[in-house]
Amino acid sequence: MATEFHNLQELRHSASLANKVFIQRDYSEGTTCKFQTKFPSELETRIERSLFEDTVKTLNNYYAEAEKIGGQSYLEGCLACVTAYLIFLCMETRYEKVLKKIAKYIQEQNEKIYAPRGLLITDPIERGMRVVSLQQTETLACRYLQPERVCLNCSLKIEISIYEDRGSSGSSSSSSSVSGSTTR
Amino acid sequence: MTSCEYQQIDPRALSVSPLSAQSLPENKAQRPRRKWEVFPGKNRFFCNGRIMLSRQSGVLPLTLGLIVITCGLFFAFDCPFLVEHLTVFIPVIGGVLFVFVILALLRTSFTDPGILPRATPDEAADIEKQIDSSGSSSYRPPPRTKEILINQQVVKLKYCFTCKMFRPPRTSHCSLCDNCVERFDHHCPWVGNCVGKRNYRFFYSFIISLSFLTSFIFGCVITHLTLRCHAGKSLIQAIQEIELVICFFSVWSILGLSGFHTYLVASNLTTNEDIKGSWSSKRGAEDSGNPYTYNSIIKNCCATLCGPMPPSLIDRRGFVPPDEAAAAACASEIELPPFTAKNDSNMCTQSTKDVLERMLHSDFHVVCPASSLKTSPLGLEVSGSMGPARSPGVCPCRGHPESVDSLCTACGRSRKDSLHSINPAFRLASPSPSLPRANLAVSDTQEEGFIPLP
Repeated sequence: MATEFHNLQELRHSASLANKVFIQRDYSEGTTCKFQTKFPSELETRIERSLFEDTVKTLNNYYAEAEKIGGQSYLEGCLACVTAYLIFLCMETRYEKVLKKIAKYIQEQNEKIYAPRGLLITDPIERGMRVVSLQQTETLACRYLQPERVCLNCSLKIEISIYEDRGSSGSSSSSSSVSGSTTR
Repeated sequence: MTSCEYQQIDPRALSVSPLSAQSLPENKAQRPRRKWEVFPGKNRFFCNGRIMLSRQSGVLPLTLGLIVITCGLFFAFDCPFLVEHLTVFIPVIGGVLFVFVILALLRTSFTDPGILPRATPDEAADIEKQIDSSGSSSYRPPPRTKEILINQQVVKLKYCFTCKMFRPPRTSHCSLCDNCVERFDHHCPWVGNCVGKRNYRFFYSFIISLSFLTSFIFGCVITHLTLRCHAGKSLIQAIQEIELVICFFSVWSILGLSGFHTYLVASNLTTNEDIKGSWSSKRGAEDSGNPYTYNSIIKNCCATLCGPMPPSLIDRRGFVPPDEAAAAACASEIELPPFTAKNDSNMCTQSTKDVLERMLHSDFHVVCPASSLKTSPLGLEVSGSMGPARSPGVCPCRGHPESVDSLCTACGRSRKDSLHSINPAFRLASPSPSLPRANLAVSDTQEEGFIPLP
């Protein structure tokens, strides 16, 4: 259900974390950073498959751009070597620049697409580049990542957190639908 | 096979209503802590988290000392003579090489080698769920390997018990630093740090430039001795001979090491893989070539040395969020379940249930009742030994999921000294006596002692 949000930070206390979905890395092409585009079953009721796949594909493209071995990276590497790597103290590497772009993109995706559906993507950089996490919430009161916190670390997964509204009576049904993955 | 009934944790069942922070007076006095202060690995941090080193810094002072002393002697005794007899460029070249060597060495030692942060409890629970997706309640240890295809070749990913995750390809857990390091090459005692993805190029620059420096000094010293052979000044000759000896042994070992690493760089291998023979054809597999190579020496070299510089994955200088710090402060007031049994079954069922019940009935904001028990080596350098145990999803912190990891480490650290306990809820595979690591971990925890229930 799409509801409007005015200020995510004000509303965050009215939602609670219902579930988290993790999207793992895809190592089929080596150790470059790439996430699986397989659509997790927990999100079937929440978001359209095409939107999700677009997001992950765009993220993969950004990471591929960051890790691209080409003219610019050689130049950077040689320059760094010649200056005894002191240049890294004053210059931002291309990777870091792309990571900032990724952070902005995730923020934008959260605002426009995921928050209205009660989901929240955590930047992979916060999880050791292991996962992209999506947090699922019933209302729009999903936890909004502080911009300065987003561009810090890399992750190995995409983490999707699923929130549910504590006050709403419908939360129990939604939680049960997503709790299947967490029951033992 | 143990009769332990392994019960997995439902993170949502563990969340309790958040307690207001105002009721905890000590919370206000708590200064915000940086994440390096609660880092679980065996590392040392300086300059407020900007510089990091392995706790076992090895012989780094010796390395620095040898280089500085040898170069000092060279500049003091050889250069005046050689400037006079040969050329003024000798100290210039020597100076440039010396500066480069020192900078490369410091950069190698003080850079994060590519440490992977440990899995958050949510992630670890998710992995555990995927492994045990059949949902059976009978105990079964999670499989320790996962096979994936990389460039049409099967590669096994191992599960790291300390970091609670499947290690990405080419990642290895360093037992000395207690961290998983990406593209792990080796732990170098001379440099006092692991050599991994992020600092391999610095390490390579260091050994190449050191080879040049030692060869240069060696050559200069021999020239000096040759030109001075009829002068007969014994003190200077004695010093020359000291330099000669140091350089002689260094030259062969450093040149050898440089040659070896040049071969590794050209074939896109790590020392770890080369020693283990991971991609050796002797293993019998038909297509066991290196899946990471670009099949071109130049491209391999460029990829390894001139590739993009990935950022550090551990946020050293970030702050531990204040609500987690508060949770850590109040967590110390929670009574811990007794660790009565010493066998595996109790560890994984009884204590888990106790922990869950206590948390649910606790009056305090229940966060991370599992104090991290650092199974410090006690002479056992086991890779993948059980690190700080955390209960999954126990740290709701008013629904701040991404901060769970920091929370656990935060409260683990704060209680390490006062309380020792294990939350077996997070011992994914340890209860099985068939796993040697588990046995070591079990014996470690028993020696540490536990808090009895009053």
